[in-house]
Amino acid sequence: MAATVERVVAAEASEKQMSAKKVLSAASPLTLRIVAECSVTKARACELILPHSAVSTPVFMPVGTQGTMKGITVDQLDDLGCRICLGNTYHLGMRPGPDLIEKANGLHGFMNWERNLLTDSGGFQMVSLVELSEVTEGGVKFKSPYDGKEILLSPEKSIAIQNSLGSDIMMQLDDVVSSTVTGPRVEEAMHRSIRWLDRCIAANKNPDKQNLFAIIQGGLNVDLRKACLDEMTQRDVPGFAIGGLSGGEEKDDFWRMVTLSTDHLPREKPRYLMGVGYAVDLVVCVALGCDMFDCVYPTRTARFGSALVPWGSLQVKHRQYAKDFQPIDPDCQCPTCKRHSRAYLHALFKSDSAAMHHITIHNIAYQLNLMGSVRQSIVEGRFPDFIRTFMKRLFPSPDQYPGWAVDALASVNVTLE
Amino acid sequence: MKLELSRLVQGGGRLGVLKGLGRTKQLSLEVPGCLLYTHLGTVPHLTQDTLQTLSNLPSVTQVSLSNIAEHQEVLEEFKDGFRKFAGLHDTLLYCSLHDPAAPFPTGHITNKTVSVWGSGGRIELNVAKFMALQKVVQPDWYQSMADGETWQNNTSLKRVRKSVDRTLAHLDECLLLHQNSQELEGVEVFGVVEGGDVLEERVRSARETAKRPVAGFCLDSLRAGSIDPALRTQLITAVTKELPEDKPRLLQGVGRPDEVLACVEAGVDLFESFFPFQVTERGCALCFSFDISPDPESAVLQLDDEERDAAEKTQLNGDLNPDDQTQMTSFEINLNDKRYQDDFRPLVEGCGCYCCKNHQRAYLHHLLVTNELLAGVLLMIHNTAHYHGFFGALREAMASDKVDLLKRRVLRERDEQTERKEQDG
Ligand SMILES: [Zn+2]
Ligand SMILES: [Zn+2]
Ligand SMILES: [Zn+2]
Repeated sequence: MAATVERVVAAEASEKQMSAKKVLSAASPLTLRIVAECSVTKARACELILPHSAVSTPVFMPVGTQGTMKGITVDQLDDLGCRICLGNTYHLGMRPGPDLIEKANGLHGFMNWERNLLTDSGGFQMVSLVELSEVTEGGVKFKSPYDGKEILLSPEKSIAIQNSLGSDIMMQLDDVVSSTVTGPRVEEAMHRSIRWLDRCIAANKNPDKQNLFAIIQGGLNVDLRKACLDEMTQRDVPGFAIGGLSGGEEKDDFWRMVTLSTDHLPREKPRYLMGVGYAVDLVVCVALGCDMFDCVYPTRTARFGSALVPWGSLQVKHRQYAKDFQPIDPDCQCPTCKRHSRAYLHALFKSDSAAMHHITIHNIAYQLNLMGSVRQSIVEGRFPDFIRTFMKRLFPSPDQYPGWAVDALASVNVTLE
Repeated sequence: MKLELSRLVQGGGRLGVLKGLGRTKQLSLEVPGCLLYTHLGTVPHLTQDTLQTLSNLPSVTQVSLSNIAEHQEVLEEFKDGFRKFAGLHDTLLYCSLHDPAAPFPTGHITNKTVSVWGSGGRIELNVAKFMALQKVVQPDWYQSMADGETWQNNTSLKRVRKSVDRTLAHLDECLLLHQNSQELEGVEVFGVVEGGDVLEERVRSARETAKRPVAGFCLDSLRAGSIDPALRTQLITAVTKELPEDKPRLLQGVGRPDEVLACVEAGVDLFESFFPFQVTERGCALCFSFDISPDPESAVLQLDDEERDAAEKTQLNGDLNPDDQTQMTSFEINLNDKRYQDDFRPLVEGCGCYCCKNHQRAYLHHLLVTNELLAGVLLMIHNTAHYHGFFGALREAMASDKVDLLKRRVLRERDEQTERKEQDG
């Protein structure tokens, strides 16, 4: 368990604050130890201590939607250095269902994963996957794709399912609006998300074992974001997610909302930027002060033979690699690159699904190693240099740097030559 | 290569070790045994990490030209042989013509050519191309080119004769090219015994092949579903009588445990391990018992009554259509079945494989119903472990005069079903 001295101290300190705010909550099973802060940007390197193990941040969390990571075993995932991954509440709530997972000692037991798990609220999937969903004050109403029954996912229900899953970090149910929507609906969703946060906090049966994160909403509207931040940071939640982004909005709007959020989030709590996982986005958003990230992209794209490399991506199935006897990335130390060539993987794609598993392993290794290098550079006080080198490697020339990234980095005092 | 037989079991069956294998002559393979089945050098679904969780894997890996032929140009450019190309290290490579788990259409054989089917369709091979492939694959053993199209029912005697003649002609041509090739120095050739279901032709094929300088024999066109098992055993018995004692006999296309036992008695040494792959592909797990420990109480009983009923039903269905290789057998349980939804036991109690040590039937069921790739990975690990465990138990039984006990264990489910069927009828 994560009962560190820091945690006790932190708990005592927050208890005093809490009584002032009249918020009742037990000490959370989470400790954030800030190891280093970048003197130029808002980046930080932390040790996030969670019930199942410590997590070094900034961290990328691979997504294992149905309680499994795309054909790789939990031992392989562990060997890659993964200490936290995601499960999806919507999918797992449908199949095999919370009762069964509870019987299997939670999702950890069911999938036999001894490290940390983060689960989403299920709301986002519902709104994006199920056409006929409807949001009311009670929750998200939708028809089950399996038996056609009408189901209401209320904040209480979402937390009940996540309590059954036993994840180390649970997400509040939020009222998700597409980031491209404007007008009163955005404001309604923001206020509702705050009310739902309170209902989620009250519904959490395991505050001593499971952390509940709030999700900052407010669309792309500065005032709404700020209002949401003001309200939510008054709640004693162990961590915050920045939500409602990476849904097709302009990147210029995206990074401004991210940096606005981190400006107002408490220093001593982790910040999780939801749904972000492209390499540039990761590096820039670390500079803007985010600690945790997740994205299905690295594992999903592996299925199609797309391998992530420091210079972008490599399409293993393309003919040009048929006689290329180098590893995917000669500098990569993952099990795939240590053993197999591009040519063999190219050929194997025609014969066996193990080819996909090889790329999945490499891509997860790439994401985790990228974050590891980012972290190390923060600790060693050379993060700005790291960013410059990283960008140079990723783009053939500086005029191809995305404008938003240049602006975002400039906002935290990093100029790219 | 040297086959040292340590024991000839009464009633049939050879126990021994193939020694001095590979270019370093350091590897060995116990018989009866099986090769490691692969797709292009990869055990289906498994990366090397997951494969290495299995202990006692066979020292010989099988690859087939049907997978490799389309990559000939690549291998020519690579130059260092298929083993290195596939990232394999300490294993022997055996190259067969076809993939035993991938059926192929008939009607494409000519006097001078055979055809294999890869991901891009049919590739026609004459002896020159066949041998050019062997030169770039650089296996330790390979199956000589053969006309193996006589497995169909009602093949005419004329066609059967032709297949024997062609296969011998191919062998002579292969050997000629082989002997003149530096690249293939130290590589062993397996001659192919054909002859369909015609006893005289089988015997002729065996005798003639045995006259050639081959290291071992492939018994072809006897694959499961294509021939009555009793007739197959008869033919194999007749063939192995004609073959020299000191050379291994590899039976192609047979993998079911009961059939393996019968064919070992008839004199077969080696099998291809495609059966666990087929079981995996239908979402099933091997669960038959092969425990021959003296204490019967410790012999794990894998099937409960309900499961046995289900197995019986599938067996009945299977008997209706023995040609269908995708049919479930009575040696396995079907994890797709709803009854495993909340079954928190391992696939097989006491199994030491990675899957059984870490996961439960309920999880496997979930992975199958949600179509997750990990299902194939975990089932393949278990099925491979179980199947190779069975071969280990078979050798142990042969060494300690317990073959009858093993047969009773392995065939138990089937026998009980037959009895029950008879009672019911
Ligand atoms: Zn790699
Ligand atoms: Zn697979
Ligand atoms: Zn097992």
